[in-house]
Amino acid sequence: MSQGRLIPRDRSAHPVAYDPQYKTSVTRSPSLPLLSLESTPTEETGPRFGHSDLGALDHDLIRNWTKGKAEAIGERILVHGRVTDETGRGIPGALVEVWQANAGGRYRHKKDGYLAPLDPNFGGAGRCLSDESGAYAFFTIKPGAYPWPNRGNDWRPAHIHFALSGPCFGQRLITQMYFEGDPLIHRCPIAATVKDRGQLDSLMAPLDMSQARPLDHLAYRFDIVLRGRRQAWFENRPEGM
Amino acid sequence: MVQKLTQWRETPSQTAGPYVHLGLMPTWAGNAGAYEKELGQSPIAEGAKGEVIEIAGQVLDGTGWPLRDALIESWQADAAGRFPGTEGADPAVSGFCRFAIDPESAEFTLRTVKPGAVSLPDGRVQSPHIALWIVARGINMGLQTRIYFEDADRDADPVLSRIEQRDRVETLIAKPQGDGRYRFDIRLQGPGETVFLDM
Ligand SMILES: [Fe+3]
Repeated sequence: MSQGRLIPRDRSAHPVAYDPQYKTSVTRSPSLPLLSLESTPTEETGPRFGHSDLGALDHDLIRNWTKGKAEAIGERILVHGRVTDETGRGIPGALVEVWQANAGGRYRHKKDGYLAPLDPNFGGAGRCLSDESGAYAFFTIKPGAYPWPNRGNDWRPAHIHFALSGPCFGQRLITQMYFEGDPLIHRCPIAATVKDRGQLDSLMAPLDMSQARPLDHLAYRFDIVLRGRRQAWFENRPEGM
Repeated sequence: MVQKLTQWRETPSQTAGPYVHLGLMPTWAGNAGAYEKELGQSPIAEGAKGEVIEIAGQVLDGTGWPLRDALIESWQADAAGRFPGTEGADPAVSGFCRFAIDPESAEFTLRTVKPGAVSLPDGRVQSPHIALWIVARGINMGLQTRIYFEDADRDADPVLSRIEQRDRVETLIAKPQGDGRYRFDIRLQGPGETVFLDM
């Protein structure tokens, strides 16, 4: 049985494009409907990445900026989970790329001018590949909350940005992981672009003491679901579009 | 009660935000050396078969203002219409590129080979095209679109033929400027809004 077309996206699982509370979205959201079609080989293929593309410390944000010479400041955490598709199958070899602010809420990016200081030992970017079962993990420090210009006094809850690449270009997804119990989540207009409460809950990673290491680090679990593919049940039947 | 369907819902998207380059293009963010190897720096290597072309353009918001913080990924077939990783594909074409906006000109530039037409398993043919995925602050979910070429046959393309308002087809077509250069602007909203895909 080979793989068929990508399962069409359920747009109600995702944020709305236009949300006046998130002001930048007002002029950057398409106003005309998307053109919905069955996927083609263009969306069903995609770039593949291997371990030779990655460095030995890429998955360790505590140490990768200094190449292991010194450790970043902040609450040490392991972030781990599984990348699966909508049918529940693990996705092996998925590229998981993350970026985040430092413990004070400052990004190492030429455009970030927040007054919190840079940590000389923290870069804020990491990446890894999921294993045969779809599992991934990386070490980092818990990022700080930061203010941003939107409404009068908006603050981003602590979050880690995730970019996911499965085997198909049409599966690409960028999202953000939040931390269980953060009171800023329900004040955040970006989190609030996801209108389905259960879907928003799925972006909040629970504390996972089973993977915390005594006298070293805490752990948070964040599972990720990417688009799945239909089974190609009757391959000799031409598929319409 | 009926049997329960076990289908998981896709993880919801969130905006890439203004600092996406930190994660995906660290050198552009001012962090050269963060990774030994940055991914998607070029869709072609030395010796790639076909015509090398350069596509430049802007990403414009609903007021006509060019975005400077967008990041774009592209994915394409080789000059013979084979996707990298499939049988017989040109090994010098990775087909994948990440590119950002030049802060001065507010333009992006994609240097690649012109892709060939792609044959579908059911016998139809997709005209030469490059798939794009656009993310930025204010874009809550990455936008999919395609670049087609004015100087390539597009009559039977199954995507273009499904666009009801025929004048909107123009928003997906790169215009030749001579010397292998093409112009392709992306309008997120308003007059001339680019056709975005849900595929
Ligand atoms: Fe952020």
